[in-house]
Amino acid sequence: MKAKVLLSLVLLCGNLAAPTARAGDAASAASPAACELPSYLLTSESQLPKVAEAIKAGKPLDILVIGSRSTTIPSSESSSYPARMEAILKEKLPPSEPVHVSVEIQSKRTAEETASTFVKLMEAKTPTLVIWQTGTVDAIRSIDPDEFRSAVTDGVVALQKAGADVVLMNLQYSPRTETMISAQPFLDNMRVVAQEHDVPLFDRFAIMRQWNEQGQFDLFNPSRGPELAKQVHDCLGRALAQFVIDAAHLEPAQQQN
Amino acid sequence: MTIADQVTGSTIAGTAGAKPAGTKARAAAPAITLPAIGERELRLDLFRGLALWLIFIDHLPPSLLTWFTIRNYGLSDATEIFIFISGYTAAFVYGRAMLESGVLIATARILRRVWQIYVAHVFLFTIFLAEISYVATRFENPLYTEEMGIMDFLKQPDVVIVQALLLRFRPVNMDVLPLYIVLMLALPLILWSMKWRPDVTLGLSVLLYAVTWEYDLYLSAYPNGFWAFNPFAWQLLFVFGAWCALGGARRMSGILASPVTMWISIAYLIAAFYVTLTWYVPQLSQFMPKRIEQWMYPIDKTDLDVLRFAHFLALAALTVRFLPRDWPGLKSRWLRPLILCGQHSLEIFCLGVFLAFAGHFVLAEISGGPVMHALISLSGILIMWAVAWVISWYKRVADKSGAKTKNAVGNADLAGGG
Repeated sequence: MKAKVLLSLVLLCGNLAAPTARAGDAASAASPAACELPSYLLTSESQLPKVAEAIKAGKPLDILVIGSRSTTIPSSESSSYPARMEAILKEKLPPSEPVHVSVEIQSKRTAEETASTFVKLMEAKTPTLVIWQTGTVDAIRSIDPDEFRSAVTDGVVALQKAGADVVLMNLQYSPRTETMISAQPFLDNMRVVAQEHDVPLFDRFAIMRQWNEQGQFDLFNPSRGPELAKQVHDCLGRALAQFVIDAAHLEPAQQQN
Repeated sequence: MTIADQVTGSTIAGTAGAKPAGTKARAAAPAITLPAIGERELRLDLFRGLALWLIFIDHLPPSLLTWFTIRNYGLSDATEIFIFISGYTAAFVYGRAMLESGVLIATARILRRVWQIYVAHVFLFTIFLAEISYVATRFENPLYTEEMGIMDFLKQPDVVIVQALLLRFRPVNMDVLPLYIVLMLALPLILWSMKWRPDVTLGLSVLLYAVTWEYDLYLSAYPNGFWAFNPFAWQLLFVFGAWCALGGARRMSGILASPVTMWISIAYLIAAFYVTLTWYVPQLSQFMPKRIEQWMYPIDKTDLDVLRFAHFLALAALTVRFLPRDWPGLKSRWLRPLILCGQHSLEIFCLGVFLAFAGHFVLAEISGGPVMHALISLSGILIMWAVAWVISWYKRVADKSGAKTKNAVGNADLAGGG
């Protein structure tokens, strides 16, 4: 059968796993209570061998975050999740391990448009790990989910070919726009690509929904101040650092705590 | 009581009354047979009502109640039930009209029904526009500057509104009615063909479904993509419903009663349940052979995947077997709300979409806790029930005093199974 179509069927828990897993064990005692998450959201079956290798060999860990406008907080760059992740990784990894995070923001571009820049981008930089956050622009423009899937596939393949480990990060959970943006097909397709290419998927959507449902954050909040955004990004950065460490299967000896 | 009463309730009694001299065309068209006169088929109303409730709950953000919706336990969901039963009742009512009053009259009635659904869709779109405009002007959380890009379309209201009127721009959760409009538009052709040869019609429908998969037929949407429910594929359920209504179900009763069918259905449902389980308990997926996974995924809703269709068939086969038409529970007070909702499905469907919008709004503007969530779900269902009750009160009491012919016409449309 031709594979034009959406995976509209809820391919994965995205939607519904949260309520049952609520009682799940909370991970990472070091992070503030507000960031608490069940451990299944912070683990992946896929691995990050190049990250593990770099840390084992004491080589610098170069991370490139490719994202969009939701990668940053307007006017407070240093509180955005890539910056927070960098800080936490530096805390958790041995002091001898240099960690460097750079950010490439391509706002208002679809996965296809972004992926087309990867070859050049990877020539300029040679990161150990690329965290590719995508999907929002495609969902807003309701791009054909099938095209989206092949664009993400192409992007992941290009990044892997360039010699980097890849982590995919999906959309934000945005309850206010839930009736207007259909996120599910894009979440599903990212999960499929992640499975097919054995790439860890950082489920930002499920994580943020978990926080909203547990009441740690009120994501419906219409406030114009940056406080909420800063706290959410802090937690995202922590979760992401934890996720990377877990997927790289670092032994306790290679971690600070 | 007329034959149509069985399906559509006393509301339709006037229909036949208005056409007392309806030609007894049944003998002239032996190809299709309407079910014998008897008790009215409450099961259809019951399950359509259930589908409406489930669609409403599925349109709200996930909550505890979401666990009661069938899409968590198998491959198909409430949409399949809704479209199948709509095909069934529409064929039943308008098929009868076609036999009694001819193709022209039946077509005219169907087209008026299509118009009603279209107006309902435009009404819902207006509410959606109001909601999105409100959010666009009030909500400025810096966490979500990117998501606010969805408001960009408001910069071109001329294009968007025209595209919405053309059914090409459909906001989230507003996909079912356009599908239904297209299916109803095709109904005269389907019925006319059924009148000639029901089995050939069903065969053609299967053929169209296969061609859709093979050659990738679709309707494009605005600004990108295509219809979320592909009418070329989903027509299969609708036509199958119509075929069942026009005698197919009776002819299949042997197959449905056979234990082989039962066990195949049970086995399939269990397998499908296991597949869904692997979505929620990822640890289980390692027991899932990779080969099967590759063959099975993606299970496609847009084009009504065969696996979804089969899942619906299995559910339907077991339901027909274990829930007899004369099950006394169907008359119980407890199922009354569901049946009432199922009997006024177009109104209740639209109301459900509206209530989902409103529910989101309340969650956003007032409070978003789980208690509020449960309250919204429950009050939504109560409102659906209450409105269904008011509508049937109108049919029973208020409209009685109106002109008789008008009464009959209006009711015939309602019966079309929206």
